[in-house]
Amino acid sequence: MTDTTRLVEVRQHLLKKNDLQARALRHRFRDAGVFVVSLVSSPGAGKTAFLECTLSALGQEHRVAALVGDLATENDAVRLARSSAPVKQIVTGTVCHLEAEMVERALDDWRLADLDLLFIENVGNLVCPSSYDLGEALRLVLLSVTEGEDKPLKYPTIFSTADIAVVTKTDMVEAAGCDMAALRENIQRVRPGMRVFELSSRSGTGMDDWLRFVAARARESTGHALSG
Amino acid sequence: MHELSIALSLVEMAIEEAERRGSRVIAAHVRLGVLSGVVKEALMSAYEMASEGTSLEGSALIIDEISALIHCAVCEQDRPTRRDERFACEVCGTPATEFLRGRELELAALELAAPELPTLENR
Repeated sequence: MTDTTRLVEVRQHLLKKNDLQARALRHRFRDAGVFVVSLVSSPGAGKTAFLECTLSALGQEHRVAALVGDLATENDAVRLARSSAPVKQIVTGTVCHLEAEMVERALDDWRLADLDLLFIENVGNLVCPSSYDLGEALRLVLLSVTEGEDKPLKYPTIFSTADIAVVTKTDMVEAAGCDMAALRENIQRVRPGMRVFELSSRSGTGMDDWLRFVAARARESTGHALSG
Repeated sequence: MHELSIALSLVEMAIEEAERRGSRVIAAHVRLGVLSGVVKEALMSAYEMASEGTSLEGSALIIDEISALIHCAVCEQDRPTRRDERFACEVCGTPATEFLRGRELELAALELAAPELPTLENR
């Protein structure tokens, strides 16, 4: 610094704008009594298949909907629409993650009070989404057994910002040669005490535990008389 | 590459702050924690891109990297974390649950052009 400059303190979080928008969203969700769950994973971990099963099952007794982020296509929304839940695609273009503002815009013509649970599927990416709060009540990080046991150690930041880990494609454990004990240990190394669900969307094994859990959490959080 | 989105927020924030003070930015000082999920080098080049064509073009980005500090429940001490395993206590290797430092991602300060003082010659 020279004598022709002066230093002024600012001390503001660089994503302050996103944080404020996320906080406003969180209030809206709470006031409307809707429980919001977001999903992050690397591409191909099985987010969409998992969401398809989840929407179909929960949709029997609850009012569910989903927002899905994708860089370029609307394929995921088309797949999820088969569950007959309202689904909207957020095409992010070149942006590698969802931001609170995109969620807010996508919800423009939806009445939140008509929903019990809303799922937000982030863009497939284990790095960028970790910095952006979307106003969700619960953040899930998904990883499939085909991705290697050390994935949590390679992407610790996303695991440390998520609430729950979901290990997918457990029907392929043997084919992939996945060491489940090592995988579990690695999750606990980056996020001690993290709740983990192990399931297969294809065979349905393990889905019930997850469905019961999320329905109970939604019930606790919104105080709604949800059954499930 | 969410560094570009972050750099765009940074530039917007810095311009706002400088305009409010009727000045222009010479340098932006950012505090970046090693656990923030943002890569220093990527943020540096994103800053150059994001500031192009704005009043920040040509300004410097000075990044202060903040190392991690955790409270280790086993050692019962505040400890740095391992170099290879950034979420584990450097001394005993216990995974951290309480982070005291290392997640920072903030615009700490701005170096602004000072208003020119009258000199003897042009007084």
